[in-house]
Amino acid sequence: MQQEILKAEKLNKYFSEPTTFHVLKDISLSIKRSEFVSIIGKSGSGKSTLLYLLSTMDTDYEGEIFIHDTKITGLSEKALARFRNEHIGFVFQFHYLLPEFTALQNVMLPAMKLGKSDIKTIEAQAMERLRQMEMQDFALKPSGKLSGGQQQRVAIARALINNPSIIMADEPTGNLDSSNTARVFEIFQELMIQGNTIIIVTHDQDFAKKSGRIIELVDGCIK
Amino acid sequence: MLLVNLKISRVQLLARKRQTIIAMLGVTFGIAMFILMISFMKGVNQFLHEVMLSSTPDIHIYNDFKADQSSSITARFYQQDSHKLVIVHHLRPKQINLGLKNAPGIIADLKKDPNITIISPLVSAPLFFDYGSVQVGASVDGVNILEENRLFHLKDKMKSGQLENLLNTQNGIILGDMLASKLNVVPGDLVTLNAPSGTQGRFRVIGTFKFGIGAIDAAKCYVNLSSLQQLLSKNRDYITDIRIKLADNSQAKVLAPILERKYGYKSDDWETTNASMIASDTIRDVLTFVVSFTLLMVAGFGIYNIMNMVITNKMKDIAILKAQGFSGKDIVQIFLSQSLTIGVFGTTAGLILGYLLSYLVSRVPFPGGDIFSLKYFPVLFEPKYYFFGALFGMLTTLLAGVTPAIKASKIDPVAILRGNQ
Repeated sequence: MQQEILKAEKLNKYFSEPTTFHVLKDISLSIKRSEFVSIIGKSGSGKSTLLYLLSTMDTDYEGEIFIHDTKITGLSEKALARFRNEHIGFVFQFHYLLPEFTALQNVMLPAMKLGKSDIKTIEAQAMERLRQMEMQDFALKPSGKLSGGQQQRVAIARALINNPSIIMADEPTGNLDSSNTARVFEIFQELMIQGNTIIIVTHDQDFAKKSGRIIELVDGCIK
Repeated sequence: MLLVNLKISRVQLLARKRQTIIAMLGVTFGIAMFILMISFMKGVNQFLHEVMLSSTPDIHIYNDFKADQSSSITARFYQQDSHKLVIVHHLRPKQINLGLKNAPGIIADLKKDPNITIISPLVSAPLFFDYGSVQVGASVDGVNILEENRLFHLKDKMKSGQLENLLNTQNGIILGDMLASKLNVVPGDLVTLNAPSGTQGRFRVIGTFKFGIGAIDAAKCYVNLSSLQQLLSKNRDYITDIRIKLADNSQAKVLAPILERKYGYKSDDWETTNASMIASDTIRDVLTFVVSFTLLMVAGFGIYNIMNMVITNKMKDIAILKAQGFSGKDIVQIFLSQSLTIGVFGTTAGLILGYLLSYLVSRVPFPGGDIFSLKYFPVLFEPKYYFFGALFGMLTTLLAGVTPAIKASKIDPVAILRGNQ
């Protein structure tokens, strides 16, 4: 039996704007180590909302979330920030690099924030991650000068830098063309093979089918 | 941990150099103007103070004569009958001694007080010079010239002649320079003084002085105490005024009323004598602070605006940083350190610019320097103004930076990151 890494119990989430709306209804789920999970559903089904709850960024919900046997629900803002830094790597739909920094610096920042290694080690690790994404040649380029697909690969390298317990991605291929989408999916599969736990929100059925497990949300409930 | 925040702060500041420099310039000009204004205003205050004190003793004891009703002749005839109302118009004193009774006794008593450093007795009389067929009025002071020198540093104010020569000349006189040119005399010439009683005296001009105050230079002259006593047909104890200098002139206000009660003669302290001067000092000080405060406020609002704009532009970056594990406190550190960096560099440049401007002003020749004894614009270089300038600069930027930084730390990353979907 594989070890359980994330557990959610009876999650309920309401939006109050413009009118009160029950987004997530009694969601309970459990994700094991090294699983590659896709969360799919129609627009407005609450799949992204669920991911942001699991990512600890959204704290306005009912229910309980455990990651790594730690109860996340109710932790302070500071403790959550620290937890995210150490245990969660996040990839966004719009790559979202800091434009003033080079690709390498973008990858290094979360590790510098964690502060567990000295700058030389971090730099070497960041280079290694970029190499893994085949982005080593662009390490010293300002991130604003990179193409969309390149930026997303740098963003994935950044998500991996602290060796997180879980990698979460919100529509990581949503803004990419098909060849880049294929490349990004390859990368995620490689990551799964290496034993990473991955949760991806996507509306791309083909992409989802290639993952290990699909959770489909319909109107705020797991189907 | 703090290091990575500072690095982010620095990279972002350098990425928008123009904005950063404009925000800095706001602080720079604010601080520079503060330094310039306060150095110049305080310089003016100090100059006027010196001019004022150069002709005002700390305490001035004199006989302030009043028409004394008790000695009026009417009382002798009518006061016995209480049913009669007597109204006397334009009462005038009869036979009044302008001198201080027992002046040597008062002087001896004053000498016992350790706070009093200089005592200069004076006989003052309004007399007339003969100038051809006309008479020129002047205020003649009979003094012990050495004591007077200690009181007002006369030596520094001599335009021609030697102060000490007054002592070894029988009837010497030192004239204000404007008075001397009016009488058309130079040292060595003779002048004739007329007393109200009709007696005349011939005096030899020893030298001229210049206080830089027109009212004094055109109307005052010094002779030896004994010469004037003689001219006025008074004895050697006749003294009309006693001027005192204290070790600490801030004590004058306290001591003057005590001396007044003790000796029964009017005692004015220098602050009362120059009340209008001190009021204008205060007005200049207030003006300096109001203008400087306004300048710094404007600089502060500049920083506040720019930081708010930066944070609005950087919402996405803040959301990303938060998603990667930067806490609200880190965000505050990043943006507050940007404001403070602007503050530190802006203030430093402001202090330097302020110094340079003050220096330039202090080298500008003062127009009309002949009337005032002033060559250049008066400017004070006091380290404490620079200290206050630095303090104000940092305080302004801190206050201007805090609100935007806290606003940035409160940004909800989910709202920003989902906003694009």
